[in-house]
Amino acid sequence: MIRFILRRLAQALPTLLAVVTVSFFLMRLAPGGPFDLERPLAPAALENLRRVYGLDRPLIVQFGSYLASLARGDLGPSFSFRDQSVLDLIVRGLPVSATLGALALGLAALLGVGLGIAAALRRGGAVDRLLGVGAALTLSLPSFVVAPLLQIAFGLTLRWLPLGGWEGGSPSHLVLPVVTLALPQVGALARLTRASLGEVLRTQPIRTMRSLGLPPARVTRHALRGALLPVVAYLGPLAAALLTGSVVVETIFGLPGIGRYFVEGALNRDYTLVMGTVLLVAGLVIALNLAADLACAWLDPRLRADA
Amino acid sequence: MTSPAGRALSRLGRTRTAMAALIVLVLIGLACLIGPGVTGHEPERAYPDLRQLPAGLAAQPDPAHLGPALERLAFRMRVKLEAVAREGDTLRLTLRSDAGVDRRSLAYLPRSGLFGPPDVLEERDAGRSLAIAVPIRQLHFPLGTDVQGRDLLTRCLVAGRVSLAIGLAASLVALLIGVAYGATAGFLGGAVDAVMMRLVDVLYALPFVFFVILLLVFFRPSLLLMLVAIAAVEWLDMARVVRAVTLSLRERDFVRAARALGLGTPRIILRHIVPNTLGPVAVTATLLVPQVILLESFLSFLGLGVQEPQTSWGVLIAEGARSIEAAPHLLAGPAVLLIATLVALNLLGDGLADALDPRVG
Repeated sequence: MIRFILRRLAQALPTLLAVVTVSFFLMRLAPGGPFDLERPLAPAALENLRRVYGLDRPLIVQFGSYLASLARGDLGPSFSFRDQSVLDLIVRGLPVSATLGALALGLAALLGVGLGIAAALRRGGAVDRLLGVGAALTLSLPSFVVAPLLQIAFGLTLRWLPLGGWEGGSPSHLVLPVVTLALPQVGALARLTRASLGEVLRTQPIRTMRSLGLPPARVTRHALRGALLPVVAYLGPLAAALLTGSVVVETIFGLPGIGRYFVEGALNRDYTLVMGTVLLVAGLVIALNLAADLACAWLDPRLRADA
Repeated sequence: MTSPAGRALSRLGRTRTAMAALIVLVLIGLACLIGPGVTGHEPERAYPDLRQLPAGLAAQPDPAHLGPALERLAFRMRVKLEAVAREGDTLRLTLRSDAGVDRRSLAYLPRSGLFGPPDVLEERDAGRSLAIAVPIRQLHFPLGTDVQGRDLLTRCLVAGRVSLAIGLAASLVALLIGVAYGATAGFLGGAVDAVMMRLVDVLYALPFVFFVILLLVFFRPSLLLMLVAIAAVEWLDMARVVRAVTLSLRERDFVRAARALGLGTPRIILRHIVPNTLGPVAVTATLLVPQVILLESFLSFLGLGVQEPQTSWGVLIAEGARSIEAAPHLLAGPAVLLIATLVALNLLGDGLADALDPRVG
């Protein structure tokens, strides 16, 4: 097991290096720079700024020094947020995105898996028929449509919940963004659980257990263990996507999370901030995929043999 | 029908939701294709006097909008309205100006889009007063008008052309890349397969949506760039599906026979492997199109996708979301079309998957 984890971590390094390299050169080769203001700076001032931030050196040297500081755990100073390091900004933004993501993930998993189980256990029942169209519907509801609709309904008409803002993560400010984030995933998870459990319930071991007269609850428990494999495998990348912040949800609800920092960084050509957020997202994607694989190995002993 | 494809088609025909979805899709496609020519409005034609009209079937301009529109036109023509009388579909106006009514200014009336060309009935007071008759046009805006007074229905349909075209084109590119890549990796197997699929794994771990956003922010957004960016993200699933199918096909007798006949690898892949992957490819592609359309709308919503004067559902939804308090119908129109398309595509994909699954009835 330890060897499996170590090997996966070793495989992650080239991926991260690829992310750093691609985003570094993509940004530097693009037109525009971080000091392109509406009123152009005096050439001398621009020259000074470029020297301070090391932008006057050859690109490859800059890349080398960026990698060197990365190795020390230093993400560099932000170009657009004065006197703040990228690490400061991430430390401030990550809790916002992570809180939202974790809550949305919990809500989606609870509802989605629950509905999926109910549908699989009663084929052709009310829940099953509801999911037939309902799952496709929630999958097709874009967050940028759901969010304004929720704002209208609960913020403006009913006046139950605030329209946006963070306010230190007060529960009332969390409800609408969390629901918006979770909604499409409820359908996806329900559909996945239903298909997977339905398949397992048709297998020989389960039918044998039934024929031996085991109580249905116990049969279901056995079946669930195998049926949850694809669901858990799906939860890895999903968790990464939710935890690192949704650009749209954070923009619409005005939340100071990672997604917002990324977009602002990209618009302001804040090289280091963009690099930092992209690296963070990539790192989390890798870590959570690994976590999902480990969970799968725990659920299914056969997978441990390969590892 | 006895061929597998025929059986699948007839089974698809029996699933009512999938057929309903297909019909909805065809209707939306046809509406977008021919609709803008039928609505009677150019997509860019703005009626400044009829901004943010709510949805409705009544003919415009209605009396509530006629008065203010006439006032505005009179101001532009530098005349005073002395008498206004409506007779059916024509308006009899008496215009007055102490400096004399300039007949050239009558062109303002048809230019507003609300009236036909005016007829001069009588001139009095040495040209200081003019009696004219103007036909009122009967305009219809079933979904209302947008912030600039453009017909929302026409704009939704024109936007649908762009959204659907991008969805299909990007999916096609992703499909070609994915099928070629997956079939090659699966057929060659061994070290080549390991390296190729390892690359796919690495690409999966990249925060691709972030890269697409970066690309579009840094290089000016254009349709072509967006197409390439979306296709570059979305081919991975297809490659995995096709590789998995190819792995099982590779050992089948007809492939061995082809090899025994001395066919080259490219020819076997093209003639014998790819046609046999079509079922799963069709399912994956049907489910890919809504993802692509969603990604396109998402990018356009952020202002990184389709740019003015072109429009797409994402652009219209962004416009609607901005004025949602004053005019919620601006969001409703394009949102309903987008969601209906996505739901129909997803249901069709589900239906196809069921129809092609040999285990189910």
